[in-house]
Amino acid sequence: MAETKEKSLSDEKPKPRVRPIVRLGIFLISHSFLVSIVCCTAGVLALFLLPVLAKNTYISENALMPGSASPMLSNQHVSDGNRLVKDLTNPNSKSSETGIESHKIIAQYMLDLGAEVSFHKFHPQMNQFHPLHFFSSPVSGKIQENYSCSSYGINTVGIIRAPRGDGKEAIVLVTPYNALKSGFGEALSLGIAYSVFSLLTQVTWLAKDIIWLVADSQYGEYAAVAAWLREYQTPKFSSLSTPNAEMCPDVNNLFELKGHSISGSKFSNSFRRAGTMAAALVLKVRDQNEQFEDTISIYAEASNGQMPNLDLINVVNYLAVHRQGLRVNVEKLWPLLNSSWLKSLGEIFESLAKVAKSLYPKWKFGIPATEYVEGTATLASSLYYQALGVPTGPHGAFRDYQVDAITLEISPKFSLDKVWRNDILLRGGRLIEGVIRSVNNLLEKFHQSFFLYLLTSPSKFVSVGVYMIAFALLIAPLPMVAASLYVDANSSSNCSKGDSSTPSAITDTDEHGIAIRSWSPTTSFMIWVLLSILSLLTLNSVLASPLACAKATQEKEWALVKSVTISSVFIGLGLMSVINFATAEIGALLMVPMCLLARPLKLDVRAGTLRSFCRLICNLVLGHIAFPPAAFFLLKGMLDGFGNANVGDFWMWVESLWAWNSATYLFIGMVQLPCWVLCVSILFHTC
Amino acid sequence: MVLLQRPHILLLLIDTHQFLQCWIAFGSANEEGQQQEEFSEELLVKPLPDHKLLAHFHFQSSAPPSTSNGCHHHLFPKAISQLVQKFRVKEMELSFTQGRWNYESWGGFDPISSSNAKPPGVELWAVFDVPQHHIDASWKNLTHTLSGLFCASINFLESTATYSTPEWSFPPASGNVRYGTLPCEAVCTENLTPWLKLLPCRDKAAIALLLDRPSLYRGFYHSQRLHLTSTESSSEGIDSGIILEQTLTVVLQPNSERAIEVHASEKHVQPSWSLSSIFGKQVSGRCVLAKSSSVYLLLDRGLVAELKFPNKENGKSAANGLTSENFWSNPSFELSVNPDRIFLEESSSHSKSLSILYMFQVEKYSESEPFDIGLMWKVPVAWLCQQTPLHASRFFMGSGNERGAIAISLKSTQFTEGFMSANSKDGSCELRVDVFQVVPWYVKVYFHSLRVFVDQQPRAVSDFIEKIHVSPSKDKMSPGVMEVVLKLPCRVNTAALTIEFDKGFLRIDEYPPDANQGFDIPSAIISFPNFHASMVFLEDDSLNRSPLLSKFQEKCPVMSYTEVLLVPLTTPDFSMPYNVITIKCTVFALYFGSLLNVLQRRVAEEERFLKAKAAKKTGRLPLLLSKLSAKLRGRRREPLHSPPSSSSFINSKLVLKVILVAGLAVGWQYFFS
Repeated sequence: MAETKEKSLSDEKPKPRVRPIVRLGIFLISHSFLVSIVCCTAGVLALFLLPVLAKNTYISENALMPGSASPMLSNQHVSDGNRLVKDLTNPNSKSSETGIESHKIIAQYMLDLGAEVSFHKFHPQMNQFHPLHFFSSPVSGKIQENYSCSSYGINTVGIIRAPRGDGKEAIVLVTPYNALKSGFGEALSLGIAYSVFSLLTQVTWLAKDIIWLVADSQYGEYAAVAAWLREYQTPKFSSLSTPNAEMCPDVNNLFELKGHSISGSKFSNSFRRAGTMAAALVLKVRDQNEQFEDTISIYAEASNGQMPNLDLINVVNYLAVHRQGLRVNVEKLWPLLNSSWLKSLGEIFESLAKVAKSLYPKWKFGIPATEYVEGTATLASSLYYQALGVPTGPHGAFRDYQVDAITLEISPKFSLDKVWRNDILLRGGRLIEGVIRSVNNLLEKFHQSFFLYLLTSPSKFVSVGVYMIAFALLIAPLPMVAASLYVDANSSSNCSKGDSSTPSAITDTDEHGIAIRSWSPTTSFMIWVLLSILSLLTLNSVLASPLACAKATQEKEWALVKSVTISSVFIGLGLMSVINFATAEIGALLMVPMCLLARPLKLDVRAGTLRSFCRLICNLVLGHIAFPPAAFFLLKGMLDGFGNANVGDFWMWVESLWAWNSATYLFIGMVQLPCWVLCVSILFHTC
Repeated sequence: MVLLQRPHILLLLIDTHQFLQCWIAFGSANEEGQQQEEFSEELLVKPLPDHKLLAHFHFQSSAPPSTSNGCHHHLFPKAISQLVQKFRVKEMELSFTQGRWNYESWGGFDPISSSNAKPPGVELWAVFDVPQHHIDASWKNLTHTLSGLFCASINFLESTATYSTPEWSFPPASGNVRYGTLPCEAVCTENLTPWLKLLPCRDKAAIALLLDRPSLYRGFYHSQRLHLTSTESSSEGIDSGIILEQTLTVVLQPNSERAIEVHASEKHVQPSWSLSSIFGKQVSGRCVLAKSSSVYLLLDRGLVAELKFPNKENGKSAANGLTSENFWSNPSFELSVNPDRIFLEESSSHSKSLSILYMFQVEKYSESEPFDIGLMWKVPVAWLCQQTPLHASRFFMGSGNERGAIAISLKSTQFTEGFMSANSKDGSCELRVDVFQVVPWYVKVYFHSLRVFVDQQPRAVSDFIEKIHVSPSKDKMSPGVMEVVLKLPCRVNTAALTIEFDKGFLRIDEYPPDANQGFDIPSAIISFPNFHASMVFLEDDSLNRSPLLSKFQEKCPVMSYTEVLLVPLTTPDFSMPYNVITIKCTVFALYFGSLLNVLQRRVAEEERFLKAKAAKKTGRLPLLLSKLSAKLRGRRREPLHSPPSSSSFINSKLVLKVILVAGLAVGWQYFFS
């Protein structure tokens, strides 16, 4: 492009026709300043417009037919569930130290229903970082070496075989349960699951097998579910490497329970399977409750911003709201709800929409300001949790195996009342029954609805086609600015080569301190910062010196560095948007303004005009904000108040990213930090 | 004309000739008349341990192996005999199944389960008596015929990618076998009705009257099977004796309302049942065409051991007192009808206790006095059915759309340990397991990746696999077939076979309409040739004719089917063709547009024109006009370089004016609405 432009400049008089697309490119490059301002503002504006543009959800798959059958769960089943809750909360069952008694009770209840029951022992597993395993299943990692007989968990698994089904597919119902210190909520969730399970053993409409997994959550809910899934999907037939758990006396004790039972054949020590999993529901009941009405919270984000099919959320939302009268709730960033600037923004949008509507009655895009604020809070949390790349619940383990799963958390209104307990059992049970029945109706796996979306409320979503616009607008000026900078630098002097080698050498140095794990978070963070700065300075002094000789290029060198920075940011963001869109979006918000504005401070100081002063201030502010730890503290301070922000928090945060195998960790280490360093080096450039 | 007519005449000649032959044959049959076509119907009822009930209908028609019948039959269904004659079928079995046979609680070691437990969907195998190169053609025709006959999509088995040729592992070991399955075929009444039409009395009399559709299809397992053997096939082919065996096996829940069971003690009592309560109908009258029609009640070996018949202690001597009353006046249960005969099983090496068979003859009953047996349980009984030596299950390993592995895991049921040791010869006891597995071509199995684990230890394949036959799949041509003979030690606890595969890609027209459901991998067949499921009942000569009991006496190897697997393949976005067309059209339009543009262009002339234009500075209006025309011709006004200042000024002014007018209009609209 630059060459063609040069050519067009050189022979001006008998102007040959340049191809329109080239001409357009030249036009945009030459007006890159204006274009970048327009695009960036439009990008940020589009982001804030997303709650307005959100569409209502609809059930895309016809086969689901939620709520078309009246619920069959009766009071009989509820009282069954109540019986289990009573038995589990009974102090006698808790006497055992390992909580085996309650597992036995659950297994006995399942057996009485005629289900197939098995126990699954697992050892909590070390987390390992696999840099490029974003969406594939986790490799069955190493089991902790120094395990002891006491450190294992027991999952109780009950399976109902569909009476006339062919057993090719299964639906999984998960209830996390910690036998050692279970709250009343956990027992209640087991009660709900049991009442549904007891209904499902009798119904004739089942086409898919039902698996009820009581996940032992004493080592974390996610770990238990992930261990079970690992055994389900990638079992190990050889026991050479794995320590033999059968040696432990406790375990053998556990398996003695069923001798007297009539359906003794239904119990087995071996791992039992059903077919391919169609969907999974994780059911939890929260202990404390401060809501005004019965609420059900949906958690859907899995690792690296993967979401379950929107239809699953739609079905739950539809059944909960229209059938069971529960309030559905999606995670929100609560502090945002009270922010006045957001409210005023919402009011502006509202009044704009009013004006538009009065001009032409068919333009109806406005939403009330309060709704806008709520939508923005939900959207922000949706964006944040997707960007984090850490699953928000045990359902995340399923998504790693391409199974659609969500966590439902019921928070009841008030507690400790028998009538109330029956009511919540009945309504929760009917909700679960309805969802299972809908999934059971499915002929094909979930594929009709969206997988890439952001929620702005339980019944509103922004699809990928819409939210991509904001991101595209944000990063669109980058290549143009890079090209124009390059052209400008190149036109004045042609002898600048190899300038990009210096900054790229710096990029390697950012990940030093990560390996240090034994200190407290604060000290390790400090050590990391010191080490990074030290290595940065040494490398800079060693490698950057050869360039100093080329005095002629010095003036424009920063422009070339900026051009390289901008293009690398563009490439990094583009790649990241494929892996985890939300990360790329937030990264673009932080980095694009900084990269575009970066200019040596010396130049601005020398100029001394108001405009350059403004730019100076902007540069300084953005240079601070875009530094990942600073951005983290700023966000945390804004949301939780600055009082309790701790330096070590960032370290912990990054460590959790590392432990959960998040792509965001790679993004911060390989795109954001290097680019920030480059920008800072531009700011302090000596020209 | 003459030439054209000749074939017709020829055909006519052949027709008349055949007709004459048939006629003659029919006449001769009348003359000979010593071997008649026979039909018999039987029903066997067996209580199952998990409160369910097995009903096994067995209808057998046979046509004598002689020239006597020709193409006409008294009882035998003509459709079947024509099919046998036409395609020279030596043996054939077709089964329609819905639901899964539960090997753990319904057993797998008795003749009923090992020959009537079938994989879900349709299974068809046939042995042909034709030269090798004709077999495939015969198979194709046979599938189409059966498809029409039974209203099922059996014709999908015609393509070579769906059926396979087992070499030796499939029980009727012979090279002429073709085997195919349709795992996702739905089975319903439309398949049952044509099946019933083959019976001489249809479902209008005697036992077949019980086949009430709603109660049949309410069951947990439903398998309708058609097995035919042409006993003797001479070179002429027309005159072969055919035995057609039609069985229907259903597993039903005697009383559907389980809510009654309140007390825990009552929960364990087996539900009482009667034929009328299960099927909603009674057996009234008999099929006059049937030679025999009888109902059996079978008590399992395990159940008999639990029941403790009073004369059990006497051991063998009990067999002599067969007719004694005490067999049905047992303290634990009560029969509503006194059985006509009672058979005790002959001592078998497999189990200590012996099963008991009660026989009821339907012939005695009439329409005024319908036949209906019932069983009342008085005390709770629990027993286990005899299981296969190893319980087989099959599952997928891995995830993602790229690759995976199939695992077949075998677990010892520890039920047959006793006689396994009895079978052992000088300490080195071996258990032979045959595995037959067909995989469709789009699951690209790598046979070299076969691995064997015995008792959780990875072992060398050669240590345990005695014999293996593999025919790799060809894309879109033939499925992959694996036949393995495993020799496992008798004391084996667990064994597993794993084999890895890549998922293939299909062309867009090869996807079924419900491609997102996934693709089925047919059941693997696990058979144990060392073990034979047979029940020999003490009998006198009169019993010799009961086809069901003689079927029980046959020594057939114990067989079990594994689960059907569902493999999700990558499915394209089916709106993709539309996108592709759109993109293609855009690209073509761009390409041809620019090509034409280049071809049209005369560079020299254009330059001259530009120069001329530069020479004469025209006024405002012509300039605008020329610009407009340039725009219309698709050129772009160069906004950067050399824009005449006046025109740009005017232009921006114009734009300003337009914006002003528009703003005024908007404001006006806003304030006055």
